[in-house]
Amino acid sequence: MEEIRIIEVKQSVFADNDEKAEELRQKLREKGCFLVNIMSSPGSGKTSILTRLIPALKDKYKIAVMEADIDSDVDARTIAEKTGVAAIQLHTGGMCHLDAAMTRQGLDEVGAEAFDLIFLENVGNLVCPAEFDTGASKNLVILSVPEGDDKPLKYPLMFEKADVVLLNKIDVLPYFDFDVDKFAGYLKIRNPRAELLPVSARSGEGLEHVVAWLDKAIEEWRK
Amino acid sequence: MHELGLVMHFIDMVEKTARQNGVQKVAAVTLEVGEVSTIIPSYFRDCYNWAIRKTEYMKDCELNMVIIEAKSYCRDCQQTFRTTAYGKACPYCGSLNTYLITGNELTVRDLKVI
Repeated sequence: MEEIRIIEVKQSVFADNDEKAEELRQKLREKGCFLVNIMSSPGSGKTSILTRLIPALKDKYKIAVMEADIDSDVDARTIAEKTGVAAIQLHTGGMCHLDAAMTRQGLDEVGAEAFDLIFLENVGNLVCPAEFDTGASKNLVILSVPEGDDKPLKYPLMFEKADVVLLNKIDVLPYFDFDVDKFAGYLKIRNPRAELLPVSARSGEGLEHVVAWLDKAIEEWRK
Repeated sequence: MHELGLVMHFIDMVEKTARQNGVQKVAAVTLEVGEVSTIIPSYFRDCYNWAIRKTEYMKDCELNMVIIEAKSYCRDCQQTFRTTAYGKACPYCGSLNTYLITGNELTVRDLKVI
């Protein structure tokens, strides 16, 4: 007769990924490579913000961009054409997020040691990317005005994981019922330590504060 | 789609545990799912039923899901309350200085193996 026994596991499904992410973070630190994980909904301006930010940063840092999408290489081509920095496209094979193992493969492909600042543009989605630690040094979350000011209430984890939140498309604020103070309040409830930076990728307004935030974060990280 | 990614990680973890313990097959697995973990049990089960067909040890493994109630704790008045009924604000004193104590789980409790 077959013998049945019980194995006690008591471990989170995320434990393995968390461990891999921590290893990756250590490795990147040794290489002196600062990895920024960018998360937001589709269409909130991840690529547009990068095409504006990179020209202001590329004299100071050796930059690469990893674009993660379910399919297509549209974003990687846009970045390469508009900014001239190295850009690769990662395909997630139908998955709605990147995990630490996929991030690591991307970093190997791009040759992380040749760069000191790498942007990882995660799949556009406010849910799953927040659940999987990529091993990034910092998480940058973008919300755009048309999405509405209530999003921190609806997607708690995404805003809890953010180190900095960019409020994009502030140039269209007059046309929407978006209350910036309300948004700031909701964000504070979810995550009192996240900094909020209003920007417009279209006009360039506020992006100097993002550059300053990054400079400071990198400087502190290098200590 | 969200559940599918989680199912893949979950299956990898169970298969790895099965391999490490030298079992022939996994007959059943108990998974703790928090009420506010953003996982929809029926979606999770659909993805699971599709994904186990390609596994080594879990081809007809039964999935038991235990739902864990979401509870929050208020730092100001030290009371505990049901998160799904009141959200972030403490129903006793109105404070927002609260945090989740249970309800965010996606934890493999145990495996029944042969």
